[in-house]
Amino acid sequence: MQSLLKTKTGITGLDEITFGGIPQGRTTLICGGPGCGKTLFCVEFLVNGATRYKEPGVFITFEEKAEELIKNVASLGHDLEKLQEQKKLRIDHVHIERGEIEETGEYDLDGLFIRLEHSINSIGAKRVVLDTIENLFAGLTNEGILRAELRRLFHWLKEKGVTAIVTGEQGEGTLTRHGLEEYVSDCVILLDHRVINQISTRRLRVVKYRGSAHGTNEFPFLIDEEGISVLPVTSLELNRKVSTQRISTGIASLDEMFSGKGFYRGSSILVSGMAGTGKTSIAASFANEACRRNEKALFFAFEESPPQIIRNMKSIGFNLEPYIKKGLLEFHSARPALYGLEMHLSTIYKIVKKARPAIVVLDPITNLVSVGLINEVNSMLLRLIDFLQGEGITVMLTALMKEMDERMDEGISSLVDVWISIKDIEANGERNKVLYIMKSRGMHHSNQVREFRITSKGLKLVEIYLGPSGILLGSEREEQKLQKLTGQALKEQQFRRELALRRQGNGIPKKSKQKTGK
Amino acid sequence: MVKKQQTWELRLYVAGKTTKSVTALENLKKYCETHLAGQYTIEVIDLLVHPQLAEGDQIFAIPTLVRKVPEPIRKIIGDLSNEEKVLVGLNIRPVKQLI
Repeated sequence: MQSLLKTKTGITGLDEITFGGIPQGRTTLICGGPGCGKTLFCVEFLVNGATRYKEPGVFITFEEKAEELIKNVASLGHDLEKLQEQKKLRIDHVHIERGEIEETGEYDLDGLFIRLEHSINSIGAKRVVLDTIENLFAGLTNEGILRAELRRLFHWLKEKGVTAIVTGEQGEGTLTRHGLEEYVSDCVILLDHRVINQISTRRLRVVKYRGSAHGTNEFPFLIDEEGISVLPVTSLELNRKVSTQRISTGIASLDEMFSGKGFYRGSSILVSGMAGTGKTSIAASFANEACRRNEKALFFAFEESPPQIIRNMKSIGFNLEPYIKKGLLEFHSARPALYGLEMHLSTIYKIVKKARPAIVVLDPITNLVSVGLINEVNSMLLRLIDFLQGEGITVMLTALMKEMDERMDEGISSLVDVWISIKDIEANGERNKVLYIMKSRGMHHSNQVREFRITSKGLKLVEIYLGPSGILLGSEREEQKLQKLTGQALKEQQFRRELALRRQGNGIPKKSKQKTGK
Repeated sequence: MVKKQQTWELRLYVAGKTTKSVTALENLKKYCETHLAGQYTIEVIDLLVHPQLAEGDQIFAIPTLVRKVPEPIRKIIGDLSNEEKVLVGLNIRPVKQLI
């Protein structure tokens, strides 16, 4: 038996979650509240059909006039007028003005059928949109006739073999106000636009898809200057290729901790630590190193502005400006509260797709928590890391930890391949930073805690001194080093003195000199 | 009186010779003869023959009666079986009273 044929909508992501598009030759219902993007979905469906799949389309609009529609979507780069001229698209505005219509006796909607058929035939349309047919209910009072005619219409569309989309306004507790879902049983897509914490997110869900598997989750989608894109939440596979190539962390002494080679290419690295522990510096040094290798790096800053980061990095010996000029390093900064998580995610998607970088830095991801719930942030990061790894991009995330935030840990730690933790240790009137590797998948790594130092010449890891009184850091370590040196000097002096004494006593200077040489 | 010179341009949109269409046309002729004798023209448009004409007058239901003149345009959909409604819809009543 032949499986269900599908028609590609050409809308980014939608064809993936429906495994190939909407049912071919059948009618799909798109419903949702006002302003959720129904009309735009329809426009994209038709425009994509006309321009990419050689399927002309008919747009029957019950709401907007053709000119209005053309104007509204022009800002998204769709030139409907041109498509109409090329006979790839036909817009027909069915205007229903209750005030000028009187009803008496029996009637049917043959007029609409004839118009539709005429439009379809005149351009050989394969796609049809009725937006939104429910307006008929507002214009006509005889609901009995209307319902019978709608049933006939959907049947007729099926017979015509066109792939159709009808839209419906969402009702209270029902998918559509007038129960259109009753007639359209093949595929129903629900759009939703909600505002949580003053940040709006659009979501899409395939409520029903007869005869086909489909993603059942709610998928966030976006409307921006490039139209609609649906973001599949997670790619469903875990079988992507992995690289064994290693790339430097940008800090020689940190590379050493990863058996001298650094991270795996395409892995994800989390750098966590409290405020002021140098997370951004590590991230910048990683980006700097990538640029030095002549690889493209993207730096997403959610906290500081690019000039600020550039200035600050100069103070520790990284000059990022030449790389920016060369186009190797790109900064993208946005306040997390600027828009919702999904928008952030999709912006990152788009920028990454365009720039095709070798490495990506997100600094810091914890700031995103201010716009979303922790589990939402985690799921967003999951998708992002998933996506980046799928593209073979190495990603470094920094996270601000408040004394180890367990909730954040759980979510992210399983996602990342490498987790570097920086901690502040306060003792004897100083604060010193120590760095250690919490985990590192699939490679040998040092289990040592190192002192992490930010100097004007760059970042450095110093082996900490393990003395009889425990770990010594900062000036104590220096002191211990000095003591060791002075101790050695003293010892040497002592030895020399003894030697001199012995020489005097034994009178065999040559032999003893040789001994000391050994 | 000015109103006496008023002519009525009526258009009836049908789709083939269906019962509804035939009834509508019969009813319309009857009303016009009674109330608008000598003052009207009826144009019957079969959309099966001229589908392209449906768009211009915004026809979606069949049969639809359109009063083109006098303005404003009025539309009555259905087989026109209710005389009262048709006359009100076409705004014929007041004119008749004037005559």
